[in-house]
Amino acid sequence: MNKSHLEILVGILVIILLVVATLAFVPSGAEGEEGWGGADGGAAEMIDETGYTPWFESIWAPPSGEIESLFFCIQTAIGAIIIGYFFGYWNASAKAKKGKKEEE
Amino acid sequence: MHIMEGYLPIGWCIFWAVLSAPFVIYGIWKMTKMIQEDRRVLPLMAVCGAFVFILSALKIPSVTGSCSHPTGTGLSAAFFGPFVTSVLGTIVLLFQALLLAHGGLTTLGANVFSMAIAGPFIAWLVFVGLRKTGKVGIGLAVFITAAVANLVTYTVTSLQLALVFPVEGSVLSAFIAFACIFAVTQIPLAIIEGIICGLVAKYIVRVKPEILKKLGIIQDEEIAKIQGEAV
Repeated sequence: MNKSHLEILVGILVIILLVVATLAFVPSGAEGEEGWGGADGGAAEMIDETGYTPWFESIWAPPSGEIESLFFCIQTAIGAIIIGYFFGYWNASAKAKKGKKEEE
Repeated sequence: MHIMEGYLPIGWCIFWAVLSAPFVIYGIWKMTKMIQEDRRVLPLMAVCGAFVFILSALKIPSVTGSCSHPTGTGLSAAFFGPFVTSVLGTIVLLFQALLLAHGGLTTLGANVFSMAIAGPFIAWLVFVGLRKTGKVGIGLAVFITAAVANLVTYTVTSLQLALVFPVEGSVLSAFIAFACIFAVTQIPLAIIEGIICGLVAKYIVRVKPEILKKLGIIQDEEIAKIQGEAV
């Protein structure tokens, strides 16, 4: 294993540990309340408490949580396709270039 | 960091939109110019944009017991500067406002300002400063840049909300309250985002250093060193 692989492995491990440790040790949500809500919603709640009423509604909102997750998946999928395509392309062309040099 | 639809009075909506528009317009102009000059930057731009797409959709649990998401703008801020980043960020925010009811059209200006302008701008200054010293490697520099972009974005959001909704007449105590919701939640996420972006930046140096060299991000010496690590 070379240094670059080690780096990636350590990076991924740290991320997994951070998330797992958070889920395991941080208490979330009072009793009867759903934990792990969005921070965006938390801020909106705080504003609601001041008595402010939003003056404009979203022109279209996903009709259910499932549909919402569908669009979030589409968003990530679009990004992942682009990144995967170019990383693969760059990787292969770098290898091809290296192979050519060795032949010479 | 998304300010929800309708949660800013109309005056503020216009204020932030007017403030953001010149950045985005100049960004579009700069983007087209860069692509016209050299079409080879296009793939890297697409990858940077794709990173904003992915990272801003991932909701990650954090120390405050709530979930929030990274912004993903750090990579593009480091490579292309804040103006191009503002365009990429705006595309993502529009997607989320229209299809996900996440953020909103009326608050678009404010959200663009925090995520696509203020965060990347300060992060880019940090990146350029770090690289100027010549001592900070590209991986570490991008790690810090991404984390800064993330934290600044959420600090600005807190400030934007505090200006509109002061607690007992005090903007400062409102800012602290909003910052507790946003900025504190963001600290572990900033670290996660930094790790991802730093690793990705090094990977790009390994497989496609030509573009970065052309953008003046990195010199031959460092490329050779990073590529040597992979053998």
